[in-house]
Amino acid sequence: MVLTEKDYRLIASIQDGLPLVSHPYAEIGRWLGMGENEVICRIAEMQKRGIIKRMGVVVRHRELGYTANAMVVWDVPDEKVDEAGSFLAAQRCITLCYQRRRSPPEWPYNLFCMIHGLSRRTVLASIGQMLAAPELDDIPYQVLFSSRRFKQRGGHYR
Amino acid sequence: MAVESQIAERLSPLTETAEQGAVVELTALEKRLLDEFQHDFPLSPAPFAEMARRLGTSEERVLYFLETLQERGLVSRVGPVFKPRRIGSSTLAAMSVSAAQMDKVAAYVNGYDEVNHNYERDNRLNLWFVVTAPDQERLEQVLTEIEAYSGVPVIRLPLVKAFHIDLGFPLWC
Repeated sequence: MVLTEKDYRLIASIQDGLPLVSHPYAEIGRWLGMGENEVICRIAEMQKRGIIKRMGVVVRHRELGYTANAMVVWDVPDEKVDEAGSFLAAQRCITLCYQRRRSPPEWPYNLFCMIHGLSRRTVLASIGQMLAAPELDDIPYQVLFSSRRFKQRGGHYR
Repeated sequence: MAVESQIAERLSPLTETAEQGAVVELTALEKRLLDEFQHDFPLSPAPFAEMARRLGTSEERVLYFLETLQERGLVSRVGPVFKPRRIGSSTLAAMSVSAAQMDKVAAYVNGYDEVNHNYERDNRLNLWFVVTAPDQERLEQVLTEIEAYSGVPVIRLPLVKAFHIDLGFPLWC
């Protein structure tokens, strides 16, 4: 999708959130000199094209108490990585699941997922449930809890 | 809104984070606002009224609670999450840094605009960060500079395939 100047102005006006008013799209339209319907259609198009991944309430998970996070890494045979990756991605408590290039001998693991929770105990309980699944049977893994966050910067559309 | 009804609604703690000593108190309506509208936000002219219909409450209350959740810092915004533009090159990177060097190296890594996540993790490889650069050349330059500064090799773990579909942050996990 080729974004127009209008799209970029629309992105700039909504990326910090919609106005919390009864008719937010009409309000944005007033700021930009567009009709309500045009605002809605352009946002719908950006969603369809995958430029907008999702739209809705964006929570601050740390402030909500979700301070424990673990990266779990798996050494899955290459021919089984799609199956294992799809399984992990469908688990409710997983926030990311990526296949990455291995870097042997230091790092033989090729599947990475992130799990957040209220405490290390709850994160470990989620992982324990996954371990019982046939997709991950006998797959070597490691759990890496984060102990300090030095930097985390959210994505602004640039 | 009447104060009594606010108190009556402020029932259950969301979390039991005794370790952290912080408990976030939320009403049943607030919990549903946080959990059920992280994706597929209505694209109709009055989206908050539509949310209210689904929740069996009024548009005024939806707007009031979203505002207070924002004021309390529990909601960053109601709006779009953009997919990062995949122009350029990026990788996850990992290093094994000694305890004595950790603060210094972490601060050096943080100094790069190209670094957007940087965590200490409890493993032999204990510093993990993501580098995103306009091209492969700049990516390698950043990684090589970090190696030169720290005297430690940086393990490169570039993305092969993403499996996850972002539906928001899973609560009650």
